[in-house]
Amino acid sequence: MKTNFHIESYCSIKENKVILNGDLIVKIDVKTYSEFIKHAYKAIDIKYPKFFKMDNLSKLAFVAAEVLLGKEPTNENKNIAIVFSNKASSLDTDRMHQETINSPEYYYPSPAIFVYTLPNICMGEISIKHKLLTENSFFIFNHFNAYYLHAYTNSLLQNKKTEKVLCGWINYDGEDYEAFVYLVSQKGYWQHTTEEITRLYTI
Amino acid sequence: MSNLKEELKTKIIEQLNLEDITVGDIADDDSLFGDGLGLDSIDALELIVMLDKDYGIKLSDPKEGRKIFESIETMANYIASHRTK
Repeated sequence: MKTNFHIESYCSIKENKVILNGDLIVKIDVKTYSEFIKHAYKAIDIKYPKFFKMDNLSKLAFVAAEVLLGKEPTNENKNIAIVFSNKASSLDTDRMHQETINSPEYYYPSPAIFVYTLPNICMGEISIKHKLLTENSFFIFNHFNAYYLHAYTNSLLQNKKTEKVLCGWINYDGEDYEAFVYLVSQKGYWQHTTEEITRLYTI
Repeated sequence: MSNLKEELKTKIIEQLNLEDITVGDIADDDSLFGDGLGLDSIDALELIVMLDKDYGIKLSDPKEGRKIFESIETMANYIASHRTK
C-alpha cells in the first residue's frame, strides 16, 4: 500500500555493526555486547554519562536513536513520536532483577536495575535526551512486524498527532541483540510502505 | 578510616557505573550529589541498599541519607560508627 509518507533515514545495529542508510558507520571485532555498545557510543561521539547507567535494551535503543536524531536536541526534533517493538520485552533486565531477590536471606533488590524492568523505559531515555513530549508506544511481537508498525505510524501521522515517527525493532536477550529503527515523515528517499520497510529490514 | 574511604570510592564507581572516573578523581570532601559527582535519586537508593548489604546499616528514615551521603568523608564517618558487619 502506498502512502504520502516517507522514510527519512534508517539505522540497523547487529553483529557488531552500526549501519546508517545502508552505509557501515561502526564495525568492531569484539566478543561481548557490552564491549560493542560501549565502542559504538564512543565511535558515534555521544557525550551522555547517564548512558552507562542504562540497561542493555536502553543502550541499544539510545545508540540507534542518536544515530538518527543527532547529538543535540533541536526544535525540528521535538515533535517526534516513538513506536518501538520487540520480542524479548525487558526479559534480560527482569532476569537480573530476579537474581537480586531469589534468596530470602540475601534479599537486596537493586533500584538501578528495577527501574528498567519495563521495555518502554528505553523510549523514556530517548525522550529525556531529546526533550520529546510526544506519544510513545512499545509493542511485543514474535517477529519484526512491518504491517503493524506501518499502520500505527500512518495513523499517528494522518491524524496529525505528530510530525515524525521514530519507529522499529529493538530486541535484546542475552548476547542476542538487534535494532532496526527508522524515521518516518512527509519527506524522505524511501516510500513508507510495508514492502519497503521489510526490504530495508532484511538488507 | 582511609581504607574505608578508598573502599567506598571503589564501590561507588563500580556499583553506580561511573564511567571514566577513578578513585583518584574523588576527593574525600567532594559533594556526591549536585555539582560534585552528579549522583541522582536512583543512585541515592543504591547507596541505601549498599549500606544495608555491605555494612548491616538500615536507614529507617531516607531523609537521614542527605547528611550521610554528603561526601565520602561523611559516609565513612557514619559507617565507622554504625556498622554491624
